[in-house]
Amino acid sequence: MLELGQDEIAKYPFLADAGQYLKDKGFTLEQFGTDPDLKQLIDKAFNRIQVAADGKIYKSDIIGEQVSNDATLPREVFSFLLAIVLLKLSGMHTLIKRFSLAEARRAEKYLERDLANISDESKKQLAIRIIDDLFSVQVEKLDDYFVISVSDYLKHSINFHEREWKLINRHVENGKVFLTPHETVRLIRKELGTYINSKIINAKTPTMIPGFEDSVNKLVLLSKKFITFTVTTGEHPPCIKHAIEELEKGENLPHSGRFMLAAFLLSKGQSVEQIAPLFKNAPDYNERVTLYQLNHLAGASGSGTKYTCPSCEKLKTQDLCFAIPECDNIINPLQFGKKRK
Amino acid sequence: MKETDIKFLEDSFKKYYFEHSDLIRVPERSSEREFGYQKFNSGMTRHISIKDDKELHLLFMQNIPSDVYCSNAYYSFPNLPMNEKDWKEADLIFDIDAKDLNLSCRENHTVSICNECNQVSKNSERCLKCSSTKIEKKSLPCKNCIDSSKTEVSKLSEVLIDDLAVSKENIHVYFSGNEGFHVYVYDSQFQQIGSRERSELTDYISFRGAIPETFGMKKFKPNRSSFPDFDENGWKGRFSKQVFGTKSKRSKIISELISNGYSSFQKTLDDVSQNIGVKIDPNVTMDIHRIFRLPGSINSKSGLTKIFCKDLTKFDPYNDASFLSDDSIEVFANCPIEFKLKNKKFGLYTNEKVTIPIFAAVYMICKKLATIA
Repeated sequence: MLELGQDEIAKYPFLADAGQYLKDKGFTLEQFGTDPDLKQLIDKAFNRIQVAADGKIYKSDIIGEQVSNDATLPREVFSFLLAIVLLKLSGMHTLIKRFSLAEARRAEKYLERDLANISDESKKQLAIRIIDDLFSVQVEKLDDYFVISVSDYLKHSINFHEREWKLINRHVENGKVFLTPHETVRLIRKELGTYINSKIINAKTPTMIPGFEDSVNKLVLLSKKFITFTVTTGEHPPCIKHAIEELEKGENLPHSGRFMLAAFLLSKGQSVEQIAPLFKNAPDYNERVTLYQLNHLAGASGSGTKYTCPSCEKLKTQDLCFAIPECDNIINPLQFGKKRK
Repeated sequence: MKETDIKFLEDSFKKYYFEHSDLIRVPERSSEREFGYQKFNSGMTRHISIKDDKELHLLFMQNIPSDVYCSNAYYSFPNLPMNEKDWKEADLIFDIDAKDLNLSCRENHTVSICNECNQVSKNSERCLKCSSTKIEKKSLPCKNCIDSSKTEVSKLSEVLIDDLAVSKENIHVYFSGNEGFHVYVYDSQFQQIGSRERSELTDYISFRGAIPETFGMKKFKPNRSSFPDFDENGWKGRFSKQVFGTKSKRSKIISELISNGYSSFQKTLDDVSQNIGVKIDPNVTMDIHRIFRLPGSINSKSGLTKIFCKDLTKFDPYNDASFLSDDSIEVFANCPIEFKLKNKKFGLYTNEKVTIPIFAAVYMICKKLATIA
């Protein structure tokens, strides 16, 4: 594990060993529930979660690079650790997810600042080491840029749907991608969130601690806000319509298009027998082969894997995407026409 | 396919496998790969493990396969079902096929074979005899097809070497045995990346998904100085050469681009993509569990051999990939297109009996344009 200084733990509290930190500082969880001075910190922790639940980033008491006084740093770390305790006690996974993402974005700001730090080499080195240790991405500094290998870049960038993250829209040279500090850190945001999320999920859930009940109950109420309902229009997305039209016209829809169509309809609950007739007009139609392949996709034969409809991104690559405004930035055709309420 | 034709093809293939076993070798790390094969008129047998040349030759001689395949992926247990194989890594692989290049010559040498009445006609969407739309198309690729495919291979190598730091010796080019080339990349940084990453890599290589900002065009207040230069590396340099043509025209064209606006620039990018993007089949590169035709084996779509191209510029598939016998055979041919093999011209044949060398007979029978008389 990385050796961290006080202010670094405050910036990246998820790197600390929680139990050890409390012990080193001479506190037990029970004290926070009973001691009136320490109890404020539970409110602070609750607030930290609430801000995250609203999709905002918790504003730290750390001002600039240095902290106002000696007490601020431990309070920062405590509020993070207590927030985790509250989340574990509430057992609300939606809140854990939102909290992890917000904390990741908070840490992202510090990482970015540390990476761009020209006056303090050690801060920059720490940021580079965090990225390497946690996400196995080796970052090198080259002039004003941070440089990573194309393969490392791809492993992370495929999680983005914005076109600016496509490799074609990057400065690529000699097998490396050139990034600004901001982009370097942005690249690992999702993984940072996942990392924090899994740390929380894997932490042991304590038994209820006296003095924590109120905040825990409030969290359970808060999480109710995030239950969503979806309604569907039932209309097919343009890519699926196009594929069906092609087949009806007797055009030779490529294998990838047939795969998309069949996987889509299977996911929508249609049976192999309902789908098979669609392929009748295909120039190379063979009933036996069609049924075999459909059963395979449905998971009824072979390895038993059920195949799902390819993502919009993949369909774009295969020239099967015919997006219309109603697609509304969905990332898989299966989401078409679904509205959250 | 008729029994007599299958028998003839099997005999011809077997003779090749026997006489040219030096061309049929297992690839590196053979025991970590999956093999598969097909026999004439039958399905695929795969999930086979083969450890050396001897075992491989035995497979050829025992089964007389029509086609033999081998994975680019390496597994811990190549002969187990797919989800138990334990995928380790895969060579990066590209498929360049003349049929994907939108070449204007195609219609001159594509025939339509009716699946209902077997009528052979020149390229059409409907059978001229029975009007069925169940048409199978066969192409007899011409020199232009092969040359255009070679151009794409060179474009691909340039991007791999210049942008992606692949070393030249690790790029191996094979003629596919039919209409194009397979390009293998060994020992690159991409060995272990998965399917989605490979898909994104193919978008880069084929210049797909570029946005105007990347090439200097902003939505608001575009700035002349942000447009790319001639001597820049990567796609920016290639874009400049394609769009500006010469250095002296650069300034004038930038003014035009700016005055035409943002959405027109996106259109320019899409047009440019057709010219400078490498035309590879994305489905092939992103499939990390696929089995590929084994080098040295015959492609049953043509009877030609999938073979390593030592010197791509000089490579002539109709000479260098045809290894079958010169002995004569009588066939019943219906071939509305002329073709050239081993420097001899064949065709046109209209429902007639002809005596021709075995290598040409195999080629036509594989293309369904002849049967044994």
